[in-house]
Amino acid sequence: MTRRLVASVIALAGVSVLVVRTRAQDMPRQPGAVYDFDKKGETPAPAPKRDLTGVWEPATGPSGGVQATGAGQMPSDGKPEHELPYTPLGRETFMAHKPTFGVTQVPSALTNDPMPGCNPQGFPRVVLHNFRTSRIIQTPENVVILYEFNKKWRTIWTDGRQLPKDPTEPTWGPPDPPESRWWGYSVGKWVDDYTFVAESNGFDDRTWLDNAGRPHSDALHVIEQYHRLDRDHLEMTITIDDPKMYTKPWVAVKLRLRLQAPSFDIREMECAPIETEEYNKEFADPAAGVGAK
Amino acid sequence: MKIRQVNRAAWAFALLILAVPVLAHHGNAAFDSDKRVTLKGTVTEWFWANPHCFLQFDAKDDSGNVVHWVAEGSNPPDMINHGWTKGALKVGDQITVTVIPVKNGKPIGRIAAVVLPNGQKLDGGFGAPGPPAAR
Repeated sequence: MTRRLVASVIALAGVSVLVVRTRAQDMPRQPGAVYDFDKKGETPAPAPKRDLTGVWEPATGPSGGVQATGAGQMPSDGKPEHELPYTPLGRETFMAHKPTFGVTQVPSALTNDPMPGCNPQGFPRVVLHNFRTSRIIQTPENVVILYEFNKKWRTIWTDGRQLPKDPTEPTWGPPDPPESRWWGYSVGKWVDDYTFVAESNGFDDRTWLDNAGRPHSDALHVIEQYHRLDRDHLEMTITIDDPKMYTKPWVAVKLRLRLQAPSFDIREMECAPIETEEYNKEFADPAAGVGAK
Repeated sequence: MKIRQVNRAAWAFALLILAVPVLAHHGNAAFDSDKRVTLKGTVTEWFWANPHCFLQFDAKDDSGNVVHWVAEGSNPPDMINHGWTKGALKVGDQITVTVIPVKNGKPIGRIAAVVLPNGQKLDGGFGAPGPPAAR
């Protein structure tokens, strides 16, 4: 009888501890986009090993990854410390670009930004312009990132393949014809249990790096590092390496991300030409002094 | 000589035509960022879409003439984070709108604030949406 009582008390205590431990993180959630943010005094659980899976949001909030005036670490604001290490070609190309943001901004009617009209902004601009809620999926062969911004996705191969040798005529293998891509070619690996590093090349050079018109060439090489700080936090660092445009690599983005609940439903943010046309007709064109209105 | 001039004119015309379809949304250059105009008006359209939502409304000017205004907000995900919904406004709603007007003097602007018919005041969806508790 006493043994049974003791066993019951121990079991009950165990269940209670389990309930208390899981209540905060694993309570059933209403479906939808309910953001989780850091709470004062909260200590996150340790990081799981070699795991990036989940829905991630900038830790400072939904607008924390919006970089309207250019790459978050190096905005185009005229400050000397944000001057990029341009090569002569890099500077010339930057000055030929006419962005709608940054120190070289022009009115929208005069821009030559390749993105408006729902054209692909590609990688890395998707991250250097507007890093929004994103889901990371891991399979044995790859890491897939689903971006909220314009509802795009990328595959980072982890099956041991190498980047294309010639970034200007990229191909995964001899049967494939050279094909540069808006989103490049990406491979990645774990450098330790909590740090995943990806590299990309083979880009289509019609895209810009960011909203401020920073250029890249077909020699662009992007290094991404995802460092899992603890269960709830991931630090994303994006480095730009393009010897034709810049004299040395530079860090464009360093962003702390917060894990969201598994029930988090990423909102739709689709660039629909039919809606863009309406927006331009009713608002953007007359605002820029073009059109009948 | 004349042919050259015609050529130049043709190029200038072609460039002008090419410039129109690539008009960008976003950008601050068109707006008189330090100015605010507050208007009482009637909603004629609430367009909920990417790249940005926009509001069309009629408001009387100082002389009593009805002026048709267009004012943009942010994109739908940001608008939701700032308290907006697709059904927040309907045609005929009486509202008070504060806009950041464009520099060219047209009745066009960016939403700084809207007071809805129920008295709720919302901003244009730009920037940080405030502390989590407020959402």
